[in-house]
Amino acid sequence: MKASTSIAITAVVLVVGFVLCALQFPNIASTRVVANLLTDNAFLGIVAAGMIFVIISGGIDLSVGSVIGFTTVFVALAVERWGIPPLAAFALVLVLCALFGAAMGAIIHVFDLPPFIVTLAGMFLARGVSFLLSTESIPITAPIYSAVSDFAIRLPGGGRLTAIAIAMLVILVVCALLLHLTRFGANVYALGGSRAATALMGIPVGPMTIRIYMLSSVLAGLAGIVFSFYTAAGYSLSAVGVELDTIAAVVIGGTLLTGGQGSVIGTFLGVLIQGMIQTYINFDGTLSSWWTKIATGVLLFVFIALQQGLMALARRSSVKPAGAKPVGAST
Amino acid sequence: MSDSSAPPATRPALLDIRGLTKSFGALKALDDVDFTLGEGEIHALLGENGAGKSTLIKVVTGVFARDAGTVRLANREIAPRSAKDALDAGIATVYQEVNLLPNLSVAQNLYLGRQPTRFGVVREAEMKRRAHALLLDYGLDIDVGAPLASYSVAVQHITAIARAVDLSARVLILDEPTASLDRHEVEILFKVMRKLAADGIGIVFVSHFLDQVYEICDRVTVLRNGRLIGSREIAQLPRLDLIRMMLGRELAETTHERAASQPDTAREVCVSFKGFGKQGYLAPFDLELRRGEVVGLAGLLGSGRTETARLVFGAERADSGAATVDGKAIRLNSPRDAAGLGFGYCPEERKTEGIVAELTVRENIVLALQARRGLHRPLSRREQDEIALRYIRMLDIRPPDPERPIGLLSGGNQQKALLARWLATSPKLLVLDEPTRGIDVGAHAEIIRLVRDLCEQGLALLVISSELDEIVTYSNRVIVLRDRAHVEELKGDAVEVSSILAAIAADAPAAQEVAS
Repeated sequence: MKASTSIAITAVVLVVGFVLCALQFPNIASTRVVANLLTDNAFLGIVAAGMIFVIISGGIDLSVGSVIGFTTVFVALAVERWGIPPLAAFALVLVLCALFGAAMGAIIHVFDLPPFIVTLAGMFLARGVSFLLSTESIPITAPIYSAVSDFAIRLPGGGRLTAIAIAMLVILVVCALLLHLTRFGANVYALGGSRAATALMGIPVGPMTIRIYMLSSVLAGLAGIVFSFYTAAGYSLSAVGVELDTIAAVVIGGTLLTGGQGSVIGTFLGVLIQGMIQTYINFDGTLSSWWTKIATGVLLFVFIALQQGLMALARRSSVKPAGAKPVGAST
Repeated sequence: MSDSSAPPATRPALLDIRGLTKSFGALKALDDVDFTLGEGEIHALLGENGAGKSTLIKVVTGVFARDAGTVRLANREIAPRSAKDALDAGIATVYQEVNLLPNLSVAQNLYLGRQPTRFGVVREAEMKRRAHALLLDYGLDIDVGAPLASYSVAVQHITAIARAVDLSARVLILDEPTASLDRHEVEILFKVMRKLAADGIGIVFVSHFLDQVYEICDRVTVLRNGRLIGSREIAQLPRLDLIRMMLGRELAETTHERAASQPDTAREVCVSFKGFGKQGYLAPFDLELRRGEVVGLAGLLGSGRTETARLVFGAERADSGAATVDGKAIRLNSPRDAAGLGFGYCPEERKTEGIVAELTVRENIVLALQARRGLHRPLSRREQDEIALRYIRMLDIRPPDPERPIGLLSGGNQQKALLARWLATSPKLLVLDEPTRGIDVGAHAEIIRLVRDLCEQGLALLVISSELDEIVTYSNRVIVLRDRAHVEELKGDAVEVSSILAAIAADAPAAQEVAS
């Protein structure tokens, strides 16, 4: 019940915000703007889909921004300099990302280290390696890039649902199914509830941890590929700080940073809210784009305060005995 | 002993433990303990704190490795190395703190890791149907889709039991399962236990509620100080004998001589409590403590001994009654108030609530005195050394090195250093909770001697102990507690082991008969 409440609150904030924006700039309420919003935030949505697993399991992954940067540089170099076919380059980079995530998960589990520190190290490592590969921005001119950029589903009202926006939506749906409908997903929630109890219930905690960080890194790699389509270039400085935008989207989407609770749909709404603020600032034209960060910061505070308030409320209301009705008890 | 602990011929042995031994350093937590659980038997495991109950459970469930002895489950020797190993072998434990996932639904908790699936997708409806049917067997008709945390502890316990049994557990260990349940919930749990026993599952019931033990159990095994005292059929064991098994020693063993008892009215009252108590914690009591007098608190575990100490020291806030020191009304809302009035408290959990293991003996000794003076008036190093050395000499703390981390000292010496901490503040009243727990025999006698000496110096002492002959040795008066209330005060010649035992067991067997 509480999970659905926080999704509802996020949805209300999104709708109210959108209506307010549309009242000031009627043009915002068009399929064109909405479709662009999806395209512009496609990579953020994909990373957030991975981050949600990590955070629900009680961890955090600070390396995702660097992994995106690394992926764009690696793909650009592979396609443009090393002559590897784009699809092979994608497969290769995703395998590298999977190994990277698995290594972080293994270190976290085996040495019982805080995920914050391990993924912080991963963040520096991935960023450092991408600088080693190249410090300049490498334009990508492979034919597949222009083909994918040109592909779009035309929407009524002139909007174009681009390939990368479609990719994000597909990935979100797949992740939602994985999180909410499978044993794997249930185990992720279990880990966030209590690691010790999960282990006692016979769930293999180590392999689970490894798989969760692997998933996050692979999705960050996918986000990097999408980002390279979006910018048609590879650059080692791309996506700096995206890990924090991602965490913000997840929290605004109603997920507790302590783990054990959250949803993919809420996270998607969180991504859209961030995109909406950005769109508003673009429309206004006089505001500095850094206002996005300020607005996001304020929203974060509001949401965290709201969550705490709701939890306190729930705690107070659950003091009265909750619904246990034993069959035989007729006293 | 071996024939007294053999199971009755009617029940085949399910869990058979022989000669189990486990030491932590010099302390033998379990010493050659035998324990036999039959099929379909509900078997109480009793003993005071430190008797070895939890060590026994932890060895059986693979948390600790044993030093010696055998554990056989259905005639096969087992040696679990983790709780999961034990569970796989068929031994499940449900702790007072339920080890499930509060954020998941009841159904997910029952089937986590083995949910019914189709094409990799959990069949939520099917899982809920099964979970609901499973819990109906246990007398629960609840919405299994709701988070576990939204249900009472009793429901959580039963969920944990249902999961364990469904995972084919044959031995179920329930560790203080009823401690946080109300009477009605206890009944639901007992119904479940009877049903499981009828199905042939062996249940080990750890509890300090003797009424419940008499109500539900077939047999009882009592441990004391890591040793097996005995296993008996509960129906043939009068309550007085059971309490004697738990607390008393054989009369022949009593070697301490009783302190000369002066008329206690001659001494001046220094601290007095009138109608002091807290709702749901301890019934209101009157208590007068005089200078140079030792008052002992006796009773079973959970009877309200430690609760009395915590109220007296302000660690728990009383909601009724008044306290006076030297005839003046006082405020007693926090340990800080108590320390300011000249009260000292050596808690039972020496390791977690008493010593600061990383600090040196000197630092531990001056801690309370420094806290009382406030941080802006530090004791000089010279003063600290002086105080530490004085008490090390006076209490004979070994090794006599004030700079040694206290964690490296033996239990007895840690206890002396704790005593020194409070003595350095020259207290009016000192509360000692189980001062001789976990201390070897030599140090034991020394601590008792110290208690007597302290009393002669004009201190008022309130001492809690499960060792009745020890209490009898140094107490001028003994307060007997039962069911969280002070029920009797013994003075002068009435202070003897048999009268304390009688007071603890008084009217309970009668009540038992009325109830049944």
